[in-house]
Amino acid sequence: MDNYKPLLETVEPEYINEMTARREPIEKAKKLTGALATPIISFGALAGTAYGQDSKLPGKIVDVLNFALTLEYLEDDFYRMGLNSSGLIPSGTRDVFGQISKHETAHVNLLRSVLGSRAVSKPQFDFTAGGAFGDVFRNYQTFLAVSQAFEDTGVRAYKGQAGNLRSNDMILTTALQIHSVEARHAAMVRRLRGETPWIVGDSRGTLPAATQPVYNGEGITTQGGANVAALPGSSSKIASQAFDEPLTKEQVMAIASLFIRRNS
Amino acid sequence: MDNTLKPETEPLNLEIDQMTSRRRFLKWSSAAALTAFAFGAIRPEILGANDAFLGLPIEPLAQGAVDLGKGDTGVLNYAYALEQLEAAFYTQVIATPYSGMNSEERVILTDIRDNEIAHREFFKVALGRKAIPSLQVNFTTINFNSRDSVLNTARTFEDTGTSAYNGAGQLLKNPEFLLIAGKIVSVEARHVATIRDLLQPMSAYFSGDDVTDPATGLDPARLPAQVLPLVAPYIRTPITGNRLPQPKR
Repeated sequence: MDNYKPLLETVEPEYINEMTARREPIEKAKKLTGALATPIISFGALAGTAYGQDSKLPGKIVDVLNFALTLEYLEDDFYRMGLNSSGLIPSGTRDVFGQISKHETAHVNLLRSVLGSRAVSKPQFDFTAGGAFGDVFRNYQTFLAVSQAFEDTGVRAYKGQAGNLRSNDMILTTALQIHSVEARHAAMVRRLRGETPWIVGDSRGTLPAATQPVYNGEGITTQGGANVAALPGSSSKIASQAFDEPLTKEQVMAIASLFIRRNS
Repeated sequence: MDNTLKPETEPLNLEIDQMTSRRRFLKWSSAAALTAFAFGAIRPEILGANDAFLGLPIEPLAQGAVDLGKGDTGVLNYAYALEQLEAAFYTQVIATPYSGMNSEERVILTDIRDNEIAHREFFKVALGRKAIPSLQVNFTTINFNSRDSVLNTARTFEDTGTSAYNGAGQLLKNPEFLLIAGKIVSVEARHVATIRDLLQPMSAYFSGDDVTDPATGLDPARLPAQVLPLVAPYIRTPITGNRLPQPKR
């Protein structure tokens, strides 16, 4: 790390001498307690006055939300069909998939409510990916594999778009609130498959080779110019699993399009 | 039990050293006084005046309040503080495993410890001279011999951390920092889903209705002013965050 220039010192030099314990702000700390009860996001605010006026949303944000909506449509249909496929999901894990399905449906409804008339319509899906996962709704292991790929992709997709939502704090925050739920899903499904809940290197584990694009780029061990693998207590394995990596919209759509019917 | 975090390996910046020396004579034995100090109810000058009265050799506690700072620096120091707390907690969990910890749990908790240490060390090096010092933690309410106590504390820390990152994203100005925060928060969410699955296996609890809003499918997002009081009982060093950015609106 000898040549590493701390990230912050490159961008905020004016703050270098300000990171100290100070006395006068302590009085102001009383203000903290006054703000405690304020929830910063509520569904009412989201779907209602704040930006129920879909026509006012910038096109860039609409594009991102429609991209997210397409992925949520995909997941929502997938879990609904899985839960409706008799004999597919063992009784012992139905509660897990019921919960995931409930969230994906809620995400679809939430995004549609924000987008209003500008929401894209749902594509037709082919969850066999042209036959690659032909028994996806008959073989629980195949279902789990596709589920893991969808969830890990979803996490990377939202992460990759956060920067494009910065002009609207409420939408950015909402996207982050979905993002962490997708990560919970991903971790749980990975556990059901006997994988580590976190992604080690760029390994797809026991998933088929066709899913490798879901994991490409996850093996990064540097962050903000810092070689995390060389930090105290770290290693390449730790540095990769401790940080999830984004995918671009194009990378995500290359994955998702395998499950979207042409000319739909 | 020594809950002191890893010793500093680099010198702190000059102003922190000066402040520390000014505060060195301030030693308090009362956790209540510390808490009151942290939230501004007691002025440090008053405590200083009473120091001679306290007078006795006392376990060195906080060496003055640590202010997180402002702007992106403040937000990253806020994250650094939370990662220090989590890393210290899991370090203790692995150092003194609860009775009955099975091999799967040991592997998971070791991985989480490693991830939190990586987050902590990353923030330390990324903040450089702007990093807050190592914080002293207070785990006296945690029974490290109890699986229930450890896993529920882990759940609390991870759910809180996830909500903290979710709420802090909007406070960051630099998109590179926002992306890095996003890279970390999903790992925190993976942690908590796993911890929750250890507590209530194969159930909806990994993303339960108690945390993820069932109507919206959203995890919580909390602002620093909401998070700091939640973690204050576990951090001995008083922290102030009143110069942190505020959300627009």
